[in-house]
Amino acid sequence: MSDLTSIIREQSATEQIAAIKSGALDARELFEAYRSRAAADTFNAFTWVADEAPAALPAADTPLAGLPVAVKDLFSTEGVPTQAGSKLLEGYRPPYTSTAVAKLEAAGASMHGKTNQDEFAMGSSNENSAFGPCQNPWDPERIPGGSSGGSAAAVAAGHAPWALGTDTGGSIRQPAAMCGLVGLKPTYGAVSRYGMIAFASSLDQAGPITRTVADAALMLEHLHGADSRDMTSVGLREPIAVPSRESLEGLVIGVPAELTGEGVEEGVAAAFQVALAEAEALGASLETIHLPHAEAALSAYYVLAPAEASSNLSRFDGVRYGNRVEDADGTLLGMYTRTRHDGFGPEVKRRIMLGTYALSAGYYDAYYGTAQRVRTKIAGDFTEAFKKVDVIATPTSPTVAWKLGEKSSDPLAMYLSDICTIPMSLAGIPGISIPCGTSQGMPVGLQLAAPAFGENLLLGVAHALERTLGFDTGGAIR
Amino acid sequence: MSAADYEVTIGLEIHVQLATRTKMFCGCETSFGDDPNTHTCPRCLGLPGSLPLPNAKAVHFGLMMGLALGSKIAPRSIFHRKNYFYPDLPKGYQISQFDEPLCDGGELGGVRLNRVHLEEDAAKLNHAGGTGRIQGSDASVVDFNRGGTPLAEIVTEPDITSAEQASEWLRLLRVTIRQLGVSDVNMEEGSLRCDANISIRPKGQAELGTKTELKNMNSFRFIERGIKAEVARQVAIVDGGGQVTGETLHFDPRTEAITSMRSKEEAHDYRYFPEPDLVPVVITPDMIEAAKAELPELPLQREDRFIALGVEPGAARTLSWRPELGDLFEAELATDGSQPKALAALITNELLKRIGDGEVTDSKAAPGSLAQLVALTAAGTVSSSGARTVLDTLFASGGDPAAIVEAEGLTAMGGGDELTPIIQAALDANPDVAEKLRTGDMKPIGVIVGFVMKETKGRADGKEVTKVTRQLLGL
Ligand SMILES: [Zn+2]
Repeated sequence: MSDLTSIIREQSATEQIAAIKSGALDARELFEAYRSRAAADTFNAFTWVADEAPAALPAADTPLAGLPVAVKDLFSTEGVPTQAGSKLLEGYRPPYTSTAVAKLEAAGASMHGKTNQDEFAMGSSNENSAFGPCQNPWDPERIPGGSSGGSAAAVAAGHAPWALGTDTGGSIRQPAAMCGLVGLKPTYGAVSRYGMIAFASSLDQAGPITRTVADAALMLEHLHGADSRDMTSVGLREPIAVPSRESLEGLVIGVPAELTGEGVEEGVAAAFQVALAEAEALGASLETIHLPHAEAALSAYYVLAPAEASSNLSRFDGVRYGNRVEDADGTLLGMYTRTRHDGFGPEVKRRIMLGTYALSAGYYDAYYGTAQRVRTKIAGDFTEAFKKVDVIATPTSPTVAWKLGEKSSDPLAMYLSDICTIPMSLAGIPGISIPCGTSQGMPVGLQLAAPAFGENLLLGVAHALERTLGFDTGGAIR
Repeated sequence: MSAADYEVTIGLEIHVQLATRTKMFCGCETSFGDDPNTHTCPRCLGLPGSLPLPNAKAVHFGLMMGLALGSKIAPRSIFHRKNYFYPDLPKGYQISQFDEPLCDGGELGGVRLNRVHLEEDAAKLNHAGGTGRIQGSDASVVDFNRGGTPLAEIVTEPDITSAEQASEWLRLLRVTIRQLGVSDVNMEEGSLRCDANISIRPKGQAELGTKTELKNMNSFRFIERGIKAEVARQVAIVDGGGQVTGETLHFDPRTEAITSMRSKEEAHDYRYFPEPDLVPVVITPDMIEAAKAELPELPLQREDRFIALGVEPGAARTLSWRPELGDLFEAELATDGSQPKALAALITNELLKRIGDGEVTDSKAAPGSLAQLVALTAAGTVSSSGARTVLDTLFASGGDPAAIVEAEGLTAMGGGDELTPIIQAALDANPDVAEKLRTGDMKPIGVIVGFVMKETKGRADGKEVTKVTRQLLGL
């Protein structure tokens, strides 16, 4: 094993940055190492890899010191293919760069690849990608999770030190869990959505997928901030501190009965109990709580997210960019129909249909209206819960990564994979997944959630638990 | 039944392009007539990942309109997405307002308003070949320069009862908005657009008839003609025992043909829902104060003020609905405020006749000279017909009214002594007229006045001529 490969395997992003800054590591050599690993990737984690390092890498005295970053293909990147996992956007190169990527680059990160994903972030397995499914580096017969599957697989395989993902109902946390990584969905509004191709505008958030909690904190510090280009962005209220918490003395962890019982597979439940026991050993006290409306979260989500998506995806009409397919009849309607028929995959079509129906005259209040009311109730559940507890813990996903193709024909089974992450998305609160053991040889994730803008608290608790749980996030790096 | 047996009910939907420097949801400049697609960006092209940012100036202009039109300003309003597919709509939805508009209700010139809301304009489609419409054209191209221009949509209640009233009211709305300075309100350039909802019902029937929506009336003339044509079409249907169907109609101003664009069944389901990319628009008292502070005197207020000065109502309306005439009136009045009524009459009758289809600035009359002319007339120095001659000169080349009267020998003639021989000559030359007048039939007096005017080159005063004639005839 070469020196660089062992560095890639052993060191977190934070450590590599420190090594570049100290002169122990050459940023250009490191970039090239990651770039060539990404170019040789066999997990189909990337949809684009840089041909070479940029002529001028960001200097070592920038905060991120020129460290490479893999970026989910949902982020617009000027001149670089941005296809969002969709055939409809095949070959599309935006004329501008998203705020999240621009901020990371301004802090000294250097994008070396764009990563595979479920089409328009709709999916939990990365199988809904027009560019083919992505494999889990822990077991190539299994899915990496989704929709940020490529980002998670890239980091788990050591083809990127860290990656940028997006999370609408669990799309950062769930693949991070399934690939043995840390994944953070920030508070809604913490990170600008400008330039991020919208799935469900009121839920979408960008966030890091990393090897360590400290890495997640570091990336978040350079991602968050109110952006004049995104009216819904507010940033965080305080800088993100380097997480250093070791004790959980005095911390009350709420364990919601509704998200930790039925439907959680045995091995996952066992790993979750071990994590709770470790938390207690660090001084935390556990309290069973109730989120009475959580059971309706999945239903509400599958009305609201498709409703917004049905509108957000209307712009993919073949008129201005992406693939246009003319119809033999030569009409406008024919062009619209063929373009969208040929361009969108089945899951995207399913959600456009669901969302269109939910917004239709006569059904709007029964579906969209009811779902919004459920959303408000769920947010209220969390507000009540956080009066009693500091953070909430659940398994990130009720199962470990399943076999490729296993749930492809059963959308509902696929949707259930996000049952523990969706409530936090609806409430707009931050959630983090950290590895907490394995089941069937596959990583299990522990999800922690905090009140809105409680990122520092969340990262601190996650850091303390990460130390004691001692999971090797480089375990799949070859 | 005939057309007279039906009541016509009309409601208007007016779109006004706001004269902001930049577009409604991006920083691109608003423009007219520039090279296609030169004022675009990711936002107004609807590129993936772009997000809208509302234009504060457009909100300010919307508030000014709402205040001027007597609307209730909503302390909190929200934008909705109006979803439909069309190549001029880059996002596949228009950001508009739905059930929580910026301005609620209102009234102008006796017509109640339903609302005033803000939205973004569509891009401009150009169809090459074929019919000039999208169906059957060889190719269509889109110019996104106009796309995203701020629009205020003004919706009236169905309070209008005739085509003439519709066009008259629209003129009032246009001058009101122009006075506010928030739009060019130019129909030809499309900064003012009007659709009409039209229905008829037998007189006395309580419920309204089925309405149709008439689009594409891009001039005041077409609005009147279009509505008349549609009313006639509906009357013919109902008279023939048929029923009007609710549909969207297209008026072709060249042929005056009305054709169906889409039936009610084909009507779009716009699937309105709150725009998740925007936060609610919160209107603070400061914003309302700032809008109020910029409200000018509105045409109807000005009209009332002129009437209070003694100006005839018709002249007051002309002066206030054509603000440039009103401004001239006020400037002249400031030099001599003694004859507002006569000054207004001079401007709205005589000066306006000379301006014709031109501009007020076509007049070369120096500031104050119109007021002087009115004063000379009032003092009897020049007759009203002499004054018209002076105005010809003032209009064409300017100058001092008193000097023109002098130079052109237009000084009004005095009374009886000077006129008597001329009038006598006129009576002698027209014995039959003199005979009629003697019997008290004053109808042919014009012949005598005309004779005298010709002899005196208009210096005589018509009233004086009549008076002296009656004296001479012993009437
Ligand atoms: Zn623009």
